[in-house]
Amino acid sequence: MLRYVLQRFLTAIPTLFIILALSFLLMRIAPGGPFNQEKGLNPIIKANLEKLYRLDQPIWNQFTDYVWNLLHGDFGPSYNLPDFTVAEILSNGLKVSILLGLVALTCALVFGGILGIIAALNQNRSADYAVVATATAGSTIPTFVIAPLFQLIFALGLKWFPVGGWTGGGWKVMVGPVIVLMLPQLAIVARLMRGAMIESLRAHHIRTARAMGLSDFSIIVRHALRSALLPIVSYAGPAAAALVTGSIIVETIFAIPGIGRYFVDAALNRDYTLVMGTVVVIAVFTIVFNLIVDLLYAVLDPRVRYD
Amino acid sequence: MFQATMKKFLAGAAICALMSTAAFAEVVLQRGSAADPESLDPHKTSTTYEADILRDLFTGLMAQDIDAKVIPGAAESYVMSPDGKTYTFKLRADGKWSDGSPVTAQDFVFSWQRVVNSETASEYAYMLAPVVNAEDITAKKMKPEELGVKAIDNLTFEVQLRAPTPYFLEMLTHQATYAVSKANVEANPKDFTKPGKMISNGAYILAEFVPNDHIKLVKNAQFFDAANVKIDAVNYIPNEDRSAAMKRFEAGELDMYGDLPTEQLADLRAKFGDQIKIGPYLGTYYYAFKTTKKPWDNVKLRQAISMAVDRDYLAEKVWGNSMIPSYSFVPPGVAGYEGPKLEYAGMSQLDREDAAKKVLTELGYTPEKPLKMEIRFNTSENHKNVAIAIQSQLKPLGIEVTLLNTDTKTHYGLLEQHGDFDIARAAWIADYKDPENFLALCKTGTGNNYAEYSNKDYDALLAKAAAEADPTARMKDLSDAEAIGVTRDACVVPLLYYSSHNIISPKVKGWNMNVMDSHPTRWMSKE
Amino acid sequence: MWSSYYLIFMALICIAGPWFAPHNFDTIFENYNRVPPSFEAYPKADKIEEALKDAVKAARVEYGGFEEKDGKIFVTLTSPKPIDERVTRYIDRSDSFEGATVTQKSADGLKLIVSTTVKKEYFYFGTDISGRDLLTRTLIAGRVSLAIGLLAGLVAVFIGVLYGATSGLIGGKTDEVMMRVVDILYALPFTFFVIMLVVFFGRNFLLMFFAVGCVMWLDMARIVRGQALSIRRQEYVQAAEALGVKSGGILLRHVVPNLLGPVVIYMTLLVPQVIILESFLSYLGLGVQEPMSSWGVLISQGARNIPYANWLLLFPSLFLTSTLFALNFIGDGLRDALDPKDR
Repeated sequence: MLRYVLQRFLTAIPTLFIILALSFLLMRIAPGGPFNQEKGLNPIIKANLEKLYRLDQPIWNQFTDYVWNLLHGDFGPSYNLPDFTVAEILSNGLKVSILLGLVALTCALVFGGILGIIAALNQNRSADYAVVATATAGSTIPTFVIAPLFQLIFALGLKWFPVGGWTGGGWKVMVGPVIVLMLPQLAIVARLMRGAMIESLRAHHIRTARAMGLSDFSIIVRHALRSALLPIVSYAGPAAAALVTGSIIVETIFAIPGIGRYFVDAALNRDYTLVMGTVVVIAVFTIVFNLIVDLLYAVLDPRVRYD
Repeated sequence: MFQATMKKFLAGAAICALMSTAAFAEVVLQRGSAADPESLDPHKTSTTYEADILRDLFTGLMAQDIDAKVIPGAAESYVMSPDGKTYTFKLRADGKWSDGSPVTAQDFVFSWQRVVNSETASEYAYMLAPVVNAEDITAKKMKPEELGVKAIDNLTFEVQLRAPTPYFLEMLTHQATYAVSKANVEANPKDFTKPGKMISNGAYILAEFVPNDHIKLVKNAQFFDAANVKIDAVNYIPNEDRSAAMKRFEAGELDMYGDLPTEQLADLRAKFGDQIKIGPYLGTYYYAFKTTKKPWDNVKLRQAISMAVDRDYLAEKVWGNSMIPSYSFVPPGVAGYEGPKLEYAGMSQLDREDAAKKVLTELGYTPEKPLKMEIRFNTSENHKNVAIAIQSQLKPLGIEVTLLNTDTKTHYGLLEQHGDFDIARAAWIADYKDPENFLALCKTGTGNNYAEYSNKDYDALLAKAAAEADPTARMKDLSDAEAIGVTRDACVVPLLYYSSHNIISPKVKGWNMNVMDSHPTRWMSKE
Repeated sequence: MWSSYYLIFMALICIAGPWFAPHNFDTIFENYNRVPPSFEAYPKADKIEEALKDAVKAARVEYGGFEEKDGKIFVTLTSPKPIDERVTRYIDRSDSFEGATVTQKSADGLKLIVSTTVKKEYFYFGTDISGRDLLTRTLIAGRVSLAIGLLAGLVAVFIGVLYGATSGLIGGKTDEVMMRVVDILYALPFTFFVIMLVVFFGRNFLLMFFAVGCVMWLDMARIVRGQALSIRRQEYVQAAEALGVKSGGILLRHVVPNLLGPVVIYMTLLVPQVIILESFLSYLGLGVQEPMSSWGVLISQGARNIPYANWLLLFPSLFLTSTLFALNFIGDGLRDALDPKDR
């Protein structure tokens, strides 16, 4: 097992490198640059800026410089937020996004899982339909609709929560963002769980267990759930990576200083170093969560072994 | 026993009460804005979002009062030489940095050299362009030390200008001309903009900065006018989503917000009444033809299309009366400037359409043989709605308009590199109150001259104005230039003048609408 | 079952509806910006005077009242200067009136009576900010959204199943390498990638979503591979292998039927995902080019206008949500029908 983990980490290095190179290239062939803006710059000033950030160097040198600095833990300066280094921006944002993302993911897994089991046990009965319908509704309404509606109803109408903001708001500021982040995931988890549970309840060993007179509860928890968790686990990995790296919609609407908006803003602003920083962050998270998924797979499904 | 407990309880309650009154006494202003500042280094800013926050943190040689009129700031007085080319500023003796050290003329020399230095790569370096040698230094033809500024003594700062510059004092209220503490920047070259490290000479000092969350400023006890500063702390809160910001304002989380969702304006007016503040602003929203490309090189065609656009409709229906129909490039509000208006400004819309149709028919464009035109604009709901409206206005004239929106960087990247387009959206917000700031955009070879317009007479008039000592004659030259470039040749098609958009809670006093949209917290109070 | 009828119905009205709708999707009614939905015709009776005043104001003459006779409207116009008869064009220009003619003219030309008829327009879904009929726009937008969802979904499923099944069935080193490639692509930040695609393909939205489909197959490939791996270890498959059944046969007889369930579920999740992704891009302002539209574009405009012009959000959302609902239920239905264990 340990060897496997080590091996995965080793293969992650070329993976990361390829991703970096791809993104770097993609970004550079995109039209426009970091210093194109509504208030157009005088060519002399623009040249000075490009020199300052070494953008006047050949692209290959820029890439090797970037990778070299990265190896020393230096993500470089941000062009559009020159007061901060990319590392500062990302770590500030990640603190918020990881917290929100993990809470949202946990809620989605727990509630979605329970809903899915309820639906599976009542297959084709009204409880099933109710669960499926609610869950579906959650995933079919775009988040940028749910979020302002939440603000209107629960913040402006009922005054239970603040409309937005982060610092100094306590736990209350988290409720809206967590619900909005969770809803689409909840729906998918519930549907996956339902499907997998129905499947696994039909499996031979469950039928045997039933025939042996084991209680429903112990069948579900000890036998059926275990194999039913597989698709959930393989879904939860990428979902976790997506959630902890934030969501631009939730962050702009609720005015939250997470990391999600940088993925979009940095790309749109051609803030090259910040883009590369976000690419590294998301790549690392994805790789780590995928590894966790694969390890969990081995734990849950005895037929899968990594030796 | 009981009494002792009771005493403790009472004492505790008293302390609590004391503390809470102390907390209550602190007046905190929640200022919402549409975006974070890019930088708190006054020399590295580039957007309008930095302006107010830097006005709070720093004081330039000149400052702005509640109505954005120029008043003495870090300088208590100045003397202008008879030829208008030398200014001598006397700094105030009680001017101090927030660490208690005096603000000196050397700080200004250091700062101004820093602004024009090519290694600083300041985007606003051109704000000091009137100073002797400034442009050559930025272009690396000279050393920063050769800038035409000098500290005669600790409190006397002298500036040499290339030519008389009537708007020079105005420019001194701009953040690019503020001073930073020489000692502090030399000690902390990388992070002197960070909370705890920043030393400033304005009414406030930086306490916290969490990007995309808030910037907290607290009152600067060392500020020369600290006694009259009524607000103890200001939180600048960025809210990109304008609709959500309105909800936060309604919920009392924001006391003011520096933008408005224009698509909801009519309803917001009904709801918030005079808390909505829309006022004139020095900015023009325009379209530019690529004048080097056929058929747009034809002035008649450009004028015909410009004529056919119903600007009243754009202002009223698309922008909910938050913009003003525009028939000149330089917006009104520049003192001493009487610019020409487009000839058809006074014509009725139908007459204009008839006239435009006639021109188009003469040029051989009819609904059967339509003229094809692509409008390029950068992604935004309002720019899109403007383009849609123009598309439908030009349709009856036999002009087949297609729309193409791209993200901001692609859009301006293409314009700047003079790529291929028919007509494109652009805008200019003035840095200082002077027509030259606008008219330079049609000068041959300027980077922002997206239309690639080039006319010798126009360039000559601008050059003449730049050397002109008499302000009235100078304005006349500029006005003549606009008559040639904009009114006659349509180097740009002005569509709308910008307005400032604010929503201000009635609790906030000391906020006055002004053409620079400048609102230092220094003048405000909150009930 | 009802779901599939609904979906077919939705597809049909989106394809055919715009031809029957009362207005073109890109016609702007300048006088009817953001009017609420109504079964009554516009202009409403009490708004006729307002509309007349507006039209007259544009003509820069004074309005002197109107009366209605035999379904015709007679407007009195006055002015201190003689009135140009072209003034009728201003009244015709308004979206509320047509056939304006001068019926009476005072000798000095300072007073004019113009007759006109009210032009009735129906906006069952109201109009948008620019004054276009929301009903037609919703239908047109449906075409775009459905086409995008279907296209990207099919591309993704096709590549994903092929890739995943191959990887899972061959196993060993090949599997290892193929999955590493997936990992690499996985770790490419999707939002960044899509934004770059918009930058490149912005002009052609379908092409862009073809490209998106080419990236969205990753989840599919992983799921299919996982299933294939575990199916391959099932006793009956191993038995078949031992009996010398060729791998092609195993693929068809055992693997494909077992895979169908999860694939179909995933596909029904994927099409909505693509449609939602498209709406996300629209929220960022990177959606389809005007005057075309998609449900995402309409909804994001609507979301900006709540709580005031709620119909702008309501109708497109209803269309989108119900369609996605139907898709999801079809997925469930198909899953039950295709499940090999039920046979």
